[in-house]
Amino acid sequence: MAPESDYAKVTQQTVQPDVWLPVLYTVQERKAENRGIVTLKLAPSEAEMIESIEPGQFNMLYAFGIGEIPISISSLWNSQQQLIHTIQDVGTVSKAFCNLVVGDQVGVRGAFGTSWPLEEAKNKDIVILAGGVGIVPLRPLIERILHDRNDYGKLNVLYGARSSENIIFHQDIISWQADPTLNFQITVDHAYSNWRGNVGVVTRLIGNANFDPRNTAAFICGPEIMMNYAVHACLDVDIPEDRVYLSMERNMKCATGFCGHCQFGPYFVCKDGAVFAYPQVKSYLNIAEL
Amino acid sequence: MTPEMLEFIAGCGKNMHFKPGEFLGKKGDPADYLYVIREGNIAAQLLHPTRGSLTIRSLHGGEIAGFSWIIPPYRLQFDLCAVEHTSVIALDGNCLRKKCEEDYKLGYFLMKHSATEMIQRLVDTRIQLLDVYGARV
Repeated sequence: MAPESDYAKVTQQTVQPDVWLPVLYTVQERKAENRGIVTLKLAPSEAEMIESIEPGQFNMLYAFGIGEIPISISSLWNSQQQLIHTIQDVGTVSKAFCNLVVGDQVGVRGAFGTSWPLEEAKNKDIVILAGGVGIVPLRPLIERILHDRNDYGKLNVLYGARSSENIIFHQDIISWQADPTLNFQITVDHAYSNWRGNVGVVTRLIGNANFDPRNTAAFICGPEIMMNYAVHACLDVDIPEDRVYLSMERNMKCATGFCGHCQFGPYFVCKDGAVFAYPQVKSYLNIAEL
Repeated sequence: MTPEMLEFIAGCGKNMHFKPGEFLGKKGDPADYLYVIREGNIAAQLLHPTRGSLTIRSLHGGEIAGFSWIIPPYRLQFDLCAVEHTSVIALDGNCLRKKCEEDYKLGYFLMKHSATEMIQRLVDTRIQLLDVYGARV
C-alpha cells in the first residue's frame, strides 16, 4: 500500500466530512430588495441542518444542477434553524438564486470563514462603513451590537450606495434612523434632484461620526477600492490599524482552503477570512495580481 | 485663520439665508461670493438635457461652496441649490481678491485651504466616476 501523501494527511486531520455535503433547505420567504437583489429565508427541509453561523461568516449555497456560490449571512433576526441570505444577481448561479420562489429547494454547506471580532470590540466605540452590497455581511453585526447594546460604546453606521435606487434593507434603515443609540448616515454617489439626502463618497461621512479614535473598532465591507479609501479614512482620524477590520471577497469555490481559487498572498480568503484585521492584508491590497 | 486675518476680511462678509429650492447661483453666473455654510444643505448640481438636474455633491454646515471666486474667469461651474433652509456667510469675491493682493499671507492661506479642499473633492469625484458599486439596478 502506498504511503499517504501529505495532502491526504492534512485532509483527514482538518476537514470535517459533513462540510462537503450540502444540507437540503427550502425557500420559506423571498423578498426582492430591488431589481437585482433578493433576500431569501431558508429553512431546513429535513432534520439535518448546518452548524450555527456568526456575523461575517458565509455559507456555500448550491443551486441544483447549476452551481454553488459563497453568500454571507445577512441577518440573524430569526430562529437558529433559519438562514437569511441576500443575493445580488451578478452571474449564472446568483441569477438562479434570485429567480427562486417559495417552496424551491437549495443545498447549503457551512458555516465557513471568520466572523467579525465582536469580543475585541466590546467597550469600544464602533464605526461601520458599508459600501453597496457590503451592507449585507455588516447587517448581522449591527443587529448583534444593537442586541447587546450596553456592551459597546457609540455606534456609527455609514452606508454608501450607488444611487437611491440601489439602497437595500429599507425597513432596517428606517429603524436605524429612528434609533437614538445609533448614528446612521447614508450617502449616494449619483442622484437626481429629487434625492434630498447626502451625495458624495461614503468615506466623507466619517467626519459626521461620533467616536473616540483611540478606543474605536472599525468594520468595513464594500468594493475593494472603496475599502482601500475607507481604511485610510479611518487611519487619518487616528483609529489604530489593528482595530480596523475588513471583509474581503475572492473567488471562493471549496470554502475549506484546498482548491486555492481564493488565495490572497499567504491566505485563503474562504478559510482565513473573509474577515481580516487590516494589518494582515495591507501588504497585499495594492498588488494587482492578487 | 488668525484673528487678524479674520478681522481683515470680515468687512467682505454678510449673512444670507436661502429657502429650499432657492439657488445661490447658477452655472456660468459670475462667482461673486465664497459661501461658508453655517447650517443647512446645498446641492452642487448640473442640468442634464434629458435626465434633469443631477446632484454631484451635497455640502453641509462647516463646508465651503463656490471656489470659483479665486480662479479666473470667476464663473460658477455648477448650480448651487439650497436643499433645505440654509444659512451662509457670503464673502464678496471681489473684496476677497483685493484683500489677498494686499496681504499675501492671507492670499496664500486662502489658496492653500482652497487647494486642499478642491483636491479632496477631485479625489471624491474620481471615486464616484469609478462607479465602484457595480451595475445599475
